[in-house]
Amino acid sequence: MPRPGFVLEVDRSTPPALIWHGEGFRLERLPAERSRIVYAPEPLAPLPDPDAAIRAALLNPLGDRPPLPELLRPGMRLTIAFDDLSLPLPPMRRPDNRQRVIEAVLDLAADAGVDDVVLIAALGLHRRMTEAELRHALGDRVYDAFAPSGKLLQHDAEDPKGLVMLGKTDLGEDVEVNRRVAESDLLVYVNINLVAMDGGHKSTSTGLMSYKSVRHHHNVRTLQHSRSLMDRPHSELHSSAWRIGRLLNQHVKVFQIETTLNNDAFGSQLAFLQKREWEWGLRDRASFMAASRGVELLSPRARRSLFQSVLAPHQMTSVHAGEVEVVHEATIANLHRQQVVDVEGQSDVVIFGLPHVGPYNVGSIMNPLLVMCLGLGYFFNMYIGKPLVRPGGVVILSHPTPWAFHPVHHPSYIDFFEEVLASTTDPAEIEKTYEERFATDDWYRHLYRTSYAYHGVHPFYMWYWGAHALEHASSTVIVGGNRRAVRRMGFRPASTLADALEMAEDQVGRDPTITYFRCPPLMLARVE
Amino acid sequence: MKALQVEHSLARFAAARIASGWKAGAGGRVGPLRLVDADPPALPGPGWQRLSPRLSGICGSDLATVDGRSSRWFEPLVSFPFVPGHEVVADTADGRRAVVEPVLGCEARGIDPPCASCAAGRRRQCTNLTGGHLAPGLQTGYCRDTGGGWSHSFVAHESQLHFVPEGMPDEAAVLVEPAACAVHAALSAPACGAGPGDEPVAVVIGAGTLGLCVVAALARWREDVTRVIAVAKYPHQRELATKLGATSVASPSEVRRAVRRATGSWMLDNGQLSGGAPLVIDCAGTADSLAAALAVALPGGYLVLTGMPGQTNTDLTPLWQREVHLVGSYTYGPEPAVGGRHSFDLAFELAEAARLERLVSATYPLERSAEAVEHAASAGRRGAVKVAFDMRGEPRRLSYLQAPGLPGGGSGEVLGESPERLPASGEAG
Ligand SMILES: [Zn+2]
Ligand SMILES: [Zn+2]
Repeated sequence: MPRPGFVLEVDRSTPPALIWHGEGFRLERLPAERSRIVYAPEPLAPLPDPDAAIRAALLNPLGDRPPLPELLRPGMRLTIAFDDLSLPLPPMRRPDNRQRVIEAVLDLAADAGVDDVVLIAALGLHRRMTEAELRHALGDRVYDAFAPSGKLLQHDAEDPKGLVMLGKTDLGEDVEVNRRVAESDLLVYVNINLVAMDGGHKSTSTGLMSYKSVRHHHNVRTLQHSRSLMDRPHSELHSSAWRIGRLLNQHVKVFQIETTLNNDAFGSQLAFLQKREWEWGLRDRASFMAASRGVELLSPRARRSLFQSVLAPHQMTSVHAGEVEVVHEATIANLHRQQVVDVEGQSDVVIFGLPHVGPYNVGSIMNPLLVMCLGLGYFFNMYIGKPLVRPGGVVILSHPTPWAFHPVHHPSYIDFFEEVLASTTDPAEIEKTYEERFATDDWYRHLYRTSYAYHGVHPFYMWYWGAHALEHASSTVIVGGNRRAVRRMGFRPASTLADALEMAEDQVGRDPTITYFRCPPLMLARVE
Repeated sequence: MKALQVEHSLARFAAARIASGWKAGAGGRVGPLRLVDADPPALPGPGWQRLSPRLSGICGSDLATVDGRSSRWFEPLVSFPFVPGHEVVADTADGRRAVVEPVLGCEARGIDPPCASCAAGRRRQCTNLTGGHLAPGLQTGYCRDTGGGWSHSFVAHESQLHFVPEGMPDEAAVLVEPAACAVHAALSAPACGAGPGDEPVAVVIGAGTLGLCVVAALARWREDVTRVIAVAKYPHQRELATKLGATSVASPSEVRRAVRRATGSWMLDNGQLSGGAPLVIDCAGTADSLAAALAVALPGGYLVLTGMPGQTNTDLTPLWQREVHLVGSYTYGPEPAVGGRHSFDLAFELAEAARLERLVSATYPLERSAEAVEHAASAGRRGAVKVAFDMRGEPRRLSYLQAPGLPGGGSGEVLGESPERLPASGEAG
């Protein structure tokens, strides 16, 4: 029986805690009597037979949807859209959930004689996936059956001929969707729900729509009013995505399939990452030493490719299919079962150790904007109720934060960092002065459509993702980061955690209370 | 009188070249510049006047001379020994303040009738720089017979004098000559095309005195230019460029991307732009700055070279393939683009409107020339812009402050390394 999450009050006998630091880790002793460490629940047991579970879900859908075979008939247009490269993290060992689910759907479609089937990677404004990435997500069989005949597409949010305007929501939000989706008799959406923000109507209203639609929920106002963006009922981002998704459902029949994973993110070699420090055995200690030493000897580039090559052993814990909203409720219940940890009250300081990978640098470089987004956008928002840190408190991040960008994947990020942040770090000011120019830049558009670049507007979303944290906390300190890069973002650089805690005292007073959120493994703090 | 003099010593030029290869400005110690006690120059003829310098700036071309790096092009156009200093505000014998327009054309040389260029008001293009009753010398500060600003006395022809408006600080007046060069550079390319899709973007490379003044001049007189991208290395340069009117500031490594963004062009795989800026002004004159300028110039655009270049090794393929107009811009004259007003008139206006006195970062007495030259040679790194010699004794230093309502002026001391000149409190009485 896996143990639930746990909050450890640090005392003098507590061993040093492991803190993620990009492609490495630090072991830090936290101040006794006023620090606590939040540990994730242990990985849930996976479904014993995921393929059988998928089949059962397709035949016994939730909500107002008949079993999938009843929706399939010869001559129909069937589109299967799937989550892109940003999920799951780290990428999982084969077979990926998407492969399993899509193979099951295709089996049923074949049985029903459906021959007009198109697969679409729901990229939204993310970069296109490479062949290797698509093969990894879908499996070779699916890839080889669809890609050569041009039936495996990647959503293009800038293709004027490939988009259709379906109308506006009650609040005037444009709903402009992929043309193939709009003209399909059935859209099957295949999701991997890694964090509570994912899934539901957000899958379609982000992954298959245009900038014109996405900007209605990806903006400073909604993100400052998403508290948190991991808690849909309290998230403006989701309210807007839900309105847009409901309108889409009025035009297109959507059959949503959502899956969850357990949080077993690291293989046996890195098992110590998954364990609580006082339970480390000799083996864990040895592999920690080996991993840290080994990593230290590598160049940054080699270190990156080593870490990027790590595939996660996480496994499927649930699968639900049917009507979007009901399916998503079931998914979130399962996700909470794996991730929720109860935490009492807020502290003056919160510490996040950031790992080597986030949603937008799979196979790439974690540039400073991605560090900001992972720390202040994702980790800060991993809460239900209240943030782990009190209003006016201090956020401490640990990450090398190199002044480095992947030139193919993140071209507009470089410009955002060089031009926009050099003049202001205020999200509202940034949105007002710069967003449109970047979003409509012809070169970025070209690179997004034909190369492997994130959309020109994407770095703005990184900054907006952190807008709630920027408003809530009084300052952010980054430990062990490139000092110039850290300052460019308006944060304070510190060389050690001790220095960072001392700097935090300027803001929150002497002997502050501290929460260390030991993530990953992924978890969601329910703060009273 | 005391003066800093450059002698024609091959050994000293060689020593300066070697020393400055190690450290820019080191030529000030071992090179051809020496503090001497010499007779003031005689008045060469009618219309000549004696002047007593108040402040005299150290310019990039002066540094090249002191460090022995000047182009051999100048050899026939200078006469030794000479006293440098062509950026100068000085008192005339009748107690008026003037700045000197240093070019020594036909009129100063007593050549009548003048050459066609001088007759047309373009003294800078004079074809008689070695003729007439003066020794060779393209400007005051390079001619044996006139002396120069780095001294307590020199001579100038009345046609060279521009009188300083009352109330203008010496520190602003000493910048009028470089500002006039900047005005001329800013106005020396035609108006940017206003075709649809054309982005009237100007790029200014270099953010020393010249570059900053070009930014200010573009902002003031080039209505066709809607965005000015300044390229600056140091924080104080960034700040001043913004204050003087740059729309954005980029570091040298960022300039291509900045121009791409501003002009909506594409970047090809080797970093080259599909388009570019219709106007690029190179105020640094190095191989790097010229290459950077060529890399961001629009096909058919204008590249104005105003920083003194010397020998450079640059790939000119883009100049050829993109038909970029390479325009040299030297000194000043009537500016047809601004109703024929003289660059110096415009520079006075600019000095006042843009408060150019804030560019004077430090002043030194002649006796500390080695330090001064080193400071000027490393101005950017040391947070400075313009370094100048100060020949004012205490009474003269205060004289222009007698006018009521003036803020405090210079203290006459070395002012540390802040680009903002602090008002010298307690002196204005
Ligand atoms: Zn000069
Ligand atoms: Zn002439």
